[in-house]
This record gives sequence, C-alpha cells and structure tokens, in this order.
Amino acid sequence: MKLLRILATLLFAAIAVSPAPTFAGEGGRTAKPVIEIANPGKCVAPVDEMRRNHMEMLKHQRDRTMRQGIRGEPASLNACIECHASKKTGSVLGSNENFCQSCHSYAAVKLDCWDCHQPKAGFKATGVKP
Amino acid sequence: MTAPQEPGSNPRRAFIAAAGAGVAGLGFTAIAPGLHLMAVGQADAAEVRKAGSAASPAVRWGLLIDAGKCAPGCTKCVDACHTENGVSEKLPDPRQNSQWIRKIELVDRRDGRKTELPMMCQHCANPPCVDVCPTGASMKRADGIVLVDRHTCIGCRYCMMACPYKARSFVHEELSDQKPDVPRGKGCVESCTLCVHRIDKGEKTTACAEACAQAGHGAIVFGDLNDPDSEISQRVREIQTTQLRADLKLGTGVRYHGI
Repeated sequence: MKLLRILATLLFAAIAVSPAPTFAGEGGRTAKPVIEIANPGKCVAPVDEMRRNHMEMLKHQRDRTMRQGIRGEPASLNACIECHASKKTGSVLGSNENFCQSCHSYAAVKLDCWDCHQPKAGFKATGVKP
Repeated sequence: MTAPQEPGSNPRRAFIAAAGAGVAGLGFTAIAPGLHLMAVGQADAAEVRKAGSAASPAVRWGLLIDAGKCAPGCTKCVDACHTENGVSEKLPDPRQNSQWIRKIELVDRRDGRKTELPMMCQHCANPPCVDVCPTGASMKRADGIVLVDRHTCIGCRYCMMACPYKARSFVHEELSDQKPDVPRGKGCVESCTLCVHRIDKGEKTTACAEACAQAGHGAIVFGDLNDPDSEISQRVREIQTTQLRADLKLGTGVRYHGI
C-alpha cells in the first residue's frame, strides 16, 4: 500500500513537470484559431493582457457604466466592435474567423454578450426583429 | 405635493448651495483654515457631466406631462421612444410586445370628459421594483433614473408585479438588430430608461419630449427637478402638478398636470 502511494506521488510529480500538451511549437500538431484582426496594434492594452483579462476589464466597465453612468472608458464593448469587426462581414460574429467567435469557438467558451448587444460596427438599426 | 428632494424647500440647503457657488464651482467653501463646508447640493447640477464622471446625486431627472396639451389620438411620443430604443418587435401575441411608453385615455364617468396622457416608468425616489428584486438587477441611479441591469436580471418578473404603474415589460423572444446604445435581449425585464444613453452624452431631452415638442404640442418637459432654474422646476413651481398614486409615497420623478 505504501509503495503504491509512493508510485502515485512520483507519477503525479512527473505529470506536473511535463510541458503543457496544448502549447505545441511552430509546425506543431495542435490546431490554432485563425483570427482576423481588422485594425491591429491599436488596442487599449498589450495583446497578452487583453487575451487573459478582457472579460474582467469588460465586466468592471459594464458595472461602472450601468450603475454609475460612467461612459467613454477605454474598455468598452462598442469600442471593441468598432476596431475588431471583420472588414468582410462588418461583425465580430458570424464565422470562425471573426474576432470574438474565433477564439471563443476554439476554447468552447459561450458568448453571452451578443444576445443583447449589437455585434456589427457602425450599425444604424431601424427596429428590432424578433 | 412636493417631493422630498424639491429644491428651495430647505433654506439651509439653499444657503449651502449659494456658499458653494461663491467659490467658483469648487463645491465647497472654507469656514476656517483647513475646515471646509461641503456643498451637498445643486452646485453643478445643470452643467453637462464630463466624460468619465459618474451620475451625480445632485441631479434629479424628471418629466412634467401636461395632459391638457396631449393631443387625442397622437402617438408621436410612443413612436419616437420605440424608434430611439429599437422597440418594434411584433409578436404573434400582441400582449407580449414591449411597451416602454403607452397612451392612456381617462374618462370621467360623471360627464364623459376624456383626457389622454402618456404613461411610462415614473422613476420613483423609493421604487418598489428595486425593493422586491431578488438579484439587485433593478436599481436606481444616483441621478434618480430607475434601470434594469440586464447582466444580473434573471427574468423573474417580480418587479413587474410590484410596479403600480405597469411600467415594465418582459422580452419574450430572441431579438436581433438592437441599437448599439440600447442592448436588449430575451429573458430580461425592461422599461423606460429616461433615454439614459442620451443624457449621459449630455443631450438635454428625451426622445418622447423631443417628438412632442416637434409635433407642436409641448406636453412633455424633461429636466432636472433639483435645478431651480431649469424649465421643469419653474413650471412645477408655477402650476399644480400631481404624482400618480401619491398615496403610495413613492416620490415619482414624473409629474402630471391637468388630470
């Protein structure tokens, strides 16, 4: 029994130090998302920070805007769309190359924003369709 | 019949505001070295908020509706509101369509006299919808605008039950083509926002008031009830106004004249 426990500990340690399987290098076998970035290089924060923290930035901004009425912050969903909407479709949704959908479908993380928010840039709606 | 936040009713507050104005909009005055008297009043109330600043409790947004000027059969305010906010879905059951504002006809049964008026969220100072909301989604902003935070609304519709004015609607179906400034979606309760997206940009009027003025009726006045110089405050001082169901002591921000 004791030997089994030692073996299990060793096995766990071996897994812990081994490189993460998803980070395959150039020419690796892991598929990567194809992202169409309409206006690259002008974001409100560095790419790494945006990839990791955009949901937190948007969440705090949305609470300040909604509850305190603070508008015009850098982390704004409408500002995201204005820069990142696809040049072809004018939207951040629609195909797996469009900005939001590409990573979210890759990571299998559900996108709730667009149930209510407008995903198209420069959209002038005349009315809502059911 | 005056709301608790009516300006000028408290001479001490007026003095504080005057003292605050004395130091060129700084909002406070020195009564001794290192000791300042803060102006908790209407110092900058009427001025446009700077971008990035929060809604101010010194402001109390409201509407004054003159039922005598509201033209029979006219729905300009309703159309303008629903165009502004993208509320135009036509569901198979018309009772499920959202109504941010609607026209009401009152009939005096004694003599048959008819009065029409628009009804919408009354933006109460003590809103029952906020009291009953189980998630905190129903909320009142510092400047008196009552809103639904759709991010936390679970669509239980308790607020619709609590509202004595039937001001709220539930979105029954999935929507698309929403306005970028007015996100709306299935499963949430919604109501008049006093055109909060316009007010936050510094615009001076709501879609309904603008349309009513353009139609030549001028039955709806929007403004800051806390600013003694605003048109709405001057009118409210001059004419008799009614808060609907004043017996409930909700302190509504919408006042009616001529009902």
